Amino acid sequence: MNANLVIVLFDGFAFGMLLFVLSVGLSVTLGLMNFINLAHGAFGMLGGYVAVTAMRQLGFPFLLALPTAFLAAALVSVVFERTLFRRLYRAGELNQVLFTIGLVFVSAAAATYVFGTGQQPIVLPDWLRGSVVVGELRFGVYRIFLIAMALAITALLVFGLERTRLGARIRAAVDNQRVAQGLGINVDRIFAVTFALGSGLAGLGGALAVEIVGLDPSFGFHYLVYVLIVVAVGGLGSVTGSFVGAALLGIGDVAGKYFVPEIGSFLIYLMLVAILLVRPLGLFGKR
Amino acid sequence: MSNTTTTAIDPAAWIRRQSRWSALEVAFWLAALLPFYFFPTYLMLASQIAVAALFAISVDLILGYAGIVTLGHAMFFGIGAYTAGLLSAKAGWGEPISGLLIAGAMAGAVGFVVSFLIVRVQHLALIMVTLGLGLLTYELANAMSWLTGGTDGLRGIDIWPIFGLFRFDLWGYTAYSYTLAVLFLGFLAARRIVNSSFGLALRGIRENVRRMPAIGSPYRRHLQAIYTISAAIAGLAGGLLTQTTNTVALESLSFQRSADVVVMLILGGTGRLYGAVLGALVFLLVRDRLSGVNPQYWYFWIGLMLMVVVLFMPKGILGGLTRLAGRTKG
Amino acid sequence: MTKTVFGAIALAVGLGWTMAATAQETVKVGVILPYSGPFADAANQLDAGIKLYMAQNGDEVAGKTIEIIRKDTGGPSPDVARRLAQELVVRDGVDILAGFALTPEALGAAEISKEAQKLMVVMNAATSIVTEQSPYAVRTSVTIPQLNYTFGKWAFEEGGVTQAYTLVADYGPGHDAESSFSKGFTEAGGKILGSDRTPVANPDFSAFVQRVKDSNPEAVYIFVPGGGQPAAIGKALVDRGLAPPDTKIFAQGELTHPEALESMGDTAKGIITTYHYTLERDDPLNAEFVAAYREANGDRAPDLFSIGGYDGMHLIYEALKKTGGDTSGDALVEAAKGMAWQSPRGPISIDPETRDIVQTVYIRQVEEVDGSLQNVILQEIPEVKDPLHGAN
Repeated sequence: MNANLVIVLFDGFAFGMLLFVLSVGLSVTLGLMNFINLAHGAFGMLGGYVAVTAMRQLGFPFLLALPTAFLAAALVSVVFERTLFRRLYRAGELNQVLFTIGLVFVSAAAATYVFGTGQQPIVLPDWLRGSVVVGELRFGVYRIFLIAMALAITALLVFGLERTRLGARIRAAVDNQRVAQGLGINVDRIFAVTFALGSGLAGLGGALAVEIVGLDPSFGFHYLVYVLIVVAVGGLGSVTGSFVGAALLGIGDVAGKYFVPEIGSFLIYLMLVAILLVRPLGLFGKR
Repeated sequence: MSNTTTTAIDPAAWIRRQSRWSALEVAFWLAALLPFYFFPTYLMLASQIAVAALFAISVDLILGYAGIVTLGHAMFFGIGAYTAGLLSAKAGWGEPISGLLIAGAMAGAVGFVVSFLIVRVQHLALIMVTLGLGLLTYELANAMSWLTGGTDGLRGIDIWPIFGLFRFDLWGYTAYSYTLAVLFLGFLAARRIVNSSFGLALRGIRENVRRMPAIGSPYRRHLQAIYTISAAIAGLAGGLLTQTTNTVALESLSFQRSADVVVMLILGGTGRLYGAVLGALVFLLVRDRLSGVNPQYWYFWIGLMLMVVVLFMPKGILGGLTRLAGRTKG
Repeated sequence: MTKTVFGAIALAVGLGWTMAATAQETVKVGVILPYSGPFADAANQLDAGIKLYMAQNGDEVAGKTIEIIRKDTGGPSPDVARRLAQELVVRDGVDILAGFALTPEALGAAEISKEAQKLMVVMNAATSIVTEQSPYAVRTSVTIPQLNYTFGKWAFEEGGVTQAYTLVADYGPGHDAESSFSKGFTEAGGKILGSDRTPVANPDFSAFVQRVKDSNPEAVYIFVPGGGQPAAIGKALVDRGLAPPDTKIFAQGELTHPEALESMGDTAKGIITTYHYTLERDDPLNAEFVAAYREANGDRAPDLFSIGGYDGMHLIYEALKKTGGDTSGDALVEAAKGMAWQSPRGPISIDPETRDIVQTVYIRQVEEVDGSLQNVILQEIPEVKDPLHGAN
């Protein structure tokens, strides 16, 4: 029984980290910039397709395909940000919703056109397959890898946003644009960089998720709900919040399904509603 | 927004002026009759557009007038749809009008209960709570497949002729007459509500929640009231869909439906009721035309349309039209 | 004034009807499928099957031209499917309704087929009751009980297991699969140790797989929808050491579709599935079909949807030949009853009583052949009917 509990906790934590890598980018764009980017999943999908294509057509190794996915999503998003999204920062949340939903439609159609409707399998290197056996416990290697990646991303982001000059500028720019401008911070550029960071993380998350959830043109819609749940539960503008929220949701979901499978499909939504009713700002939300 | 740039005038007079019918409105509703004569093969589509319009009106009441953004309103649409379906399939009661009223009442009752949770949260938490409750209802309906028929849908729905006279025909004459009549009545009710002092109080809440208690307005109770009414109207829309198609499936409760209705509403323009009707009309008509031409890629063009509307008509199509009209008038 | 307008319109509409009736050189087939949304891939593959058949056999039958009118439902929406069927009948004047990837959509449209008396060719939707909803409905795909009841029996009698655990997706087809496999298995003498249902939108299977492992069964039976889940659940099982030969994995064929095999790699070896179509089945007709299909679809392999569409078109063509071009629902459905032919999937026929398909059920095992993973046929069970028709 104890052994099983360890495995369930491990699997739950790993699932939580999957949710985290998918959603941490949104907690940057939505949380910091206050931009409701429902096309977040579309950037994730882009990252997924880039990674798969890079590996199959160009023969990239998996570890190189991941940063490629990050860069591709970041670059594409900067183009969008400079030409389109920036007009929407003051356009009100409903317009942001409508515009980004429109973008999800367009991206799904484009993905269908280019890649077809089928599943895109990803073939991992051998060292990421299978499982590690410790005593009578088996830990999936890819799940360990996911956890490591998530921890690294969290550490880099928390450090980057709170300890570096760029981080200070980002926080200043999103807190008060005018004052930041007055202090000589190039707010436009900071916004572009932040947006690229958020979308790049989405792309990375998409690439990491393909192995577990698959990839087809409906990816952008499919994981939108999960991503929003994590960000809301974690609290806007807090990377740590997203991390803790995702871990909690993942463990709660897997443990719940294990012990009470009859309510498996309700769990994540029950947790969402319960947490938000008690803490409307999310676990770590500030505003 | 509805020209609230009033100087100090008598509020009762303002409300009266707002609730006067313009020639344009009369023309609009007369135009809704045109399909009977000119497009008799489009009556089923017209009927489903009327259902979507009624659903969008229900969302406009809370989103456009009271500022409650929801991504879970299909919950009430679906409850209405299943209530109407179950009445016929399980209880053997296929009389449409009473069935529809029961569907609306059921959705309204659930809406009232849910409204106690809704008023506790705001902003993102509000959106996510509505979304969570919507998805919970969806999963509940799936889990109770012995009752709802699950993914395959509820079978054995048989709706009797309206007034015992008008059978639901293959062309959709009865269906469209019925849905259009209910849409019109629902619209009248909504119009009445938003042009009352209650409606004004709601707009006050939308503009500034904190100030409302200060002027003695019980905003929580107001929010609960409008949420309940909105849920009931959504239930009517769901009931209509079941009754005119003899089908109801989990899809009526889905996130997709919740999201689509919000898209239609924003597309048309929020906070003006006609925006809801226009949004449903444009979205579904364009979708039908495009998907007929190109069944696999139509949503590319829909997506593009949404983006273009945001860039050039930030207040929705109706907002854009109003501005255009204002400009041509000088 | 309005009266005259209305009269003129009515006249025009009436003329339109008579013109449609006299211009009999085309046969219109309305195809209703979820071309967009989460089931777009199913629609796409099915449609490719339809296109291939028409490319191979021309668009002229019994002196008439076949015209396809495609309509998108955008997901599982029975109300939209029903409206589209209605519009196809009253506006486009179609003679035959076809497509139907999803059961709820087929059920929604069946009533229209019944009322308008149009032949309805169900090319995929796999719940038994579909063909019972309209006397004009004919199915060219498969039913879930047909495969899995047979498979359950086989699992005990030939598969060498006496107890098993079932894990199915929590929706209509999953429930059907669970009950029919369990029925076949227990009737033969086997014992079901436990059964769990996974949410349809389920990105992570670890909790359920761990439950399976806890009860330590000889075999686990899986049913998940196609798409991304097969690979995910396959890997989750193997990650926990639930793999052949220690634990047998039984499933319906979606689990080992080509993309899933590629993603699972060698860990897929030994998985045993039941299906009505096997891509690699050694047969000249099948080889020709697969080659032509791959060529037309950028090397994509055909699957169960493709074969359903392909055989559905065959049925329409042959029925029209038999009736000499008569497109009335009654004539066509009579022509379809009892029809038998050689399909790329093997010999199939339409049961004259239930209008449902009768076909060979294949039991296959994943093995490595010439360096790639394939579903190798272990056994063929010929002429299987749906076990549920007439049962309720």
